[in-house]
Amino acid sequence: MIFLRHVLTVANKDLRSEFRTKEAINSSFSFALVILLLFSFAFDPTEEMTREFSGGLLWIAFAFAGALLLNRSFVRELPNDCLDALIASPVPAAALFLGKSLANLILLLLVEAVSFPVFGVFYNQRWTQQFWPLLLVAILGTWGFTVVGTMFSALTVNIRLREVMLPLLVYTTLLPCLMASMQLTTLLLAGEPLTSVEGLVWLRFLIAFDVIFSTLAVAFVETVLIG
Amino acid sequence: MRSKLLYACGLLAALLLVRNLYVVLLQLPDDADQGAVYRIIFYHVPSWFTAGMAVLTALVASVAYLIRKDLWWDTLAVAATEIAVVFITIGLVTGSIWGRVAWGIWWTWDARLTSALVCWLLYAGYLVLRTAIEDPSARARISAVFSIFAFADIPIVWYSIEWFRTQHPAPVLRGEGYMDPQMKAALYANWPALMLLAAVLLAVRMRQEAARRELDGLRRQAHSL
Repeated sequence: MIFLRHVLTVANKDLRSEFRTKEAINSSFSFALVILLLFSFAFDPTEEMTREFSGGLLWIAFAFAGALLLNRSFVRELPNDCLDALIASPVPAAALFLGKSLANLILLLLVEAVSFPVFGVFYNQRWTQQFWPLLLVAILGTWGFTVVGTMFSALTVNIRLREVMLPLLVYTTLLPCLMASMQLTTLLLAGEPLTSVEGLVWLRFLIAFDVIFSTLAVAFVETVLIG
Repeated sequence: MRSKLLYACGLLAALLLVRNLYVVLLQLPDDADQGAVYRIIFYHVPSWFTAGMAVLTALVASVAYLIRKDLWWDTLAVAATEIAVVFITIGLVTGSIWGRVAWGIWWTWDARLTSALVCWLLYAGYLVLRTAIEDPSARARISAVFSIFAFADIPIVWYSIEWFRTQHPAPVLRGEGYMDPQMKAALYANWPALMLLAAVLLAVRMRQEAARRELDGLRRQAHSL
């Protein structure tokens, strides 16, 4: 119970400091919009074509925009040695990590909440027809993304070239998670049910990815932050 | 004494490789369906086996480092990962050459090929990550954790891509494929040769890494003076 309160306190702190400056979320929003715009220029897709690659397009936009959020997640704690203070505080490293992941999840979901309607308008797609299944996929996919991303953000916080290293490591590791999310999103936007054979396979897969990497990250975060 | 043993092993690996080259090129006949190009398999498959062993060694060394905090394990991990990247590259390149002749294309996004490429990217990422960290113990700790993540990712990547479709030929050593016993013997004979080569490279690389660490230490000492 105390652990949960620690998690929520860290998440709350991160969200509050982000909403005061809005520096990461604003750049993340704009970046996602720019990618959506660029894709429509690059491929000039018809409605039919868009339906086929919608999942890929959306998740590439989320992944790129998400990297901007993740970069800031631990770097935000570097000035004034806040990271050292957090590590020295009675909050366990796992709670610190989960709190930060939770904050990143909420921020990235907000970016997605804006991107979906923009996508619907720009590409003339009816994305709300299966809203609840789509929300579930978005949450599961984004959790996989943020849990690995926050972990690697902690890994790379003190190293040179971290802005380059983070995407390099995150995207390769995240490939299965992104793939499942893309497949499921395309499926749902094409109007097929989540309970179809293909949908269930990818859904189970996405859940397995989330569980495996959440466990690994929680197990190793103390080693990464404290040593 | 150690150097001599290393040279002897290197020489033995070279002799074995030359002997196998003789068997592969001159003793074994062309394949009934594929002609001469099938000979790539004698290097392709053992390279993958060797890469697999190197990846496993890297995992064990990384876990051992996190438990023991002894930099010797870190040295082993980085040397094994470099060997793994080399043999994965050999596997990818030989596979690609074979594919050009047999399928008419250099590359296809099939399950095995894509997983192999992701594997290469992960371990190459590990090597790049190391270059970005100055402090030896932080470098060892962080890269060990990443190595464990990378290893855990491989089977997941494999299953995710398998659900698309597979174009890679069915495994000939187990499963439905068939391979002539003589050819199978030549294939298995090449594995120890490559393993021995890998072991020699590993030992050489570990020495270099240990020397480099000592040099770094001396440099830091000199700076502090």
